[in-house]
Amino acid sequence: MDLTLLLFRKSKEVTMQRSRLFMWAAAMAVACMPALAQKTTSQGIDEYRAMLQDGNPSELFEAKGEDLWKQKRGPKNASLEKCDLGKGPGVFKGAFVELPRYFSDTGRVQDLESRLLTCMETLQGFNATEIAKTPFGKGEQNNVTALATWIAAESKDMRFNLSQSHPQERVFYEVGKRLFFQRGGPHDFACASCHGEDGKRIRLQDLPNLSKNPGDGVGFAAWPAYRVSNGQMWGMQQRLNDCYRQQRFPYPGFASDATIALGMYLGVNSKGSASIAPAIKR
Amino acid sequence: MADPMRIRAQASGDKATVRVLMSHEMESGQRKDAAGKLVPAWHITEVTAALNGKQVLAAEWGTAVSKNPFLQFVIKGAKAGDKVAVSWKDNKGDSRTDEVTVS
Repeated sequence: MDLTLLLFRKSKEVTMQRSRLFMWAAAMAVACMPALAQKTTSQGIDEYRAMLQDGNPSELFEAKGEDLWKQKRGPKNASLEKCDLGKGPGVFKGAFVELPRYFSDTGRVQDLESRLLTCMETLQGFNATEIAKTPFGKGEQNNVTALATWIAAESKDMRFNLSQSHPQERVFYEVGKRLFFQRGGPHDFACASCHGEDGKRIRLQDLPNLSKNPGDGVGFAAWPAYRVSNGQMWGMQQRLNDCYRQQRFPYPGFASDATIALGMYLGVNSKGSASIAPAIKR
Repeated sequence: MADPMRIRAQASGDKATVRVLMSHEMESGQRKDAAGKLVPAWHITEVTAALNGKQVLAAEWGTAVSKNPFLQFVIKGAKAGDKVAVSWKDNKGDSRTDEVTVS
């Protein structure tokens, strides 16, 4: 009798212990699972990105851009070495982090790519309108992208500091801001639909919140960039035009006032953030 | 003439790590253009690396290698000051050789 009781007690204790252990394990599993899964996913993405960092093919475009800067080309057989990117003729270091800005010689607000186009026209004798109309990734457009890649790389790790002193620069900022929030198209989309909130993601791409300063090397501070998935080098102009394509809008066009205004808005928002361009993307 | 490669070779201990970035379209021959016609295959078929003129690596490449390929390998016994040359050949008969000094 005593023995059975003892046995019974013992077995009950064991069961209780077991069930407690089981419950604890279950609770831990519930608590850990989402955290664990998320950690591994984002860790995986980070590892993949770190692997891509080494040997960014944008270096190839940088080298090409540097050559193009010094090379005598175009109907006037001249180099771009006297091109004024806002810091005086021929100064390219640090120019990228101060663009777009107002240029008194053209009387326009220009970003890096549209300014390069101006230089190619005035110094080398190319037809800027024709180049602007050339589809992305074709002919002279590739050269503009390579040049922009190299000039951006020359300002790597520098901090954005766009001017807002000229009235036109303030106008472009305001216009850019409105375009950023303007919804339209068959999907009633705005830039802000994807880039107006923190912590959003499309598939594996984190979406930066560009309505404020997104921090170092994010958004405006990461383009031109090389896209691994399609092996293309993209400048900011192509990236912004692509935003409109994703909105099911027609392209505003290369070096259009709309894309320059958006660039001004994003650039001013990024004030103080370091540039990592040319970056590498998925 | 193809665009130059970017090669970095860094010695540490008794070996050197070489990183090569090649500029090549690496067209697989599977894609179609806007008119629906197959884009002909155009890719690197052969890669070799030499240390001071002596071959240390030979590889046969095909269509599965990405555009603008990146290659990294380690050479045993390479010291700072040694010359590393990397060459590729593609299926159109084009080739390119670039050389760097190990640092």
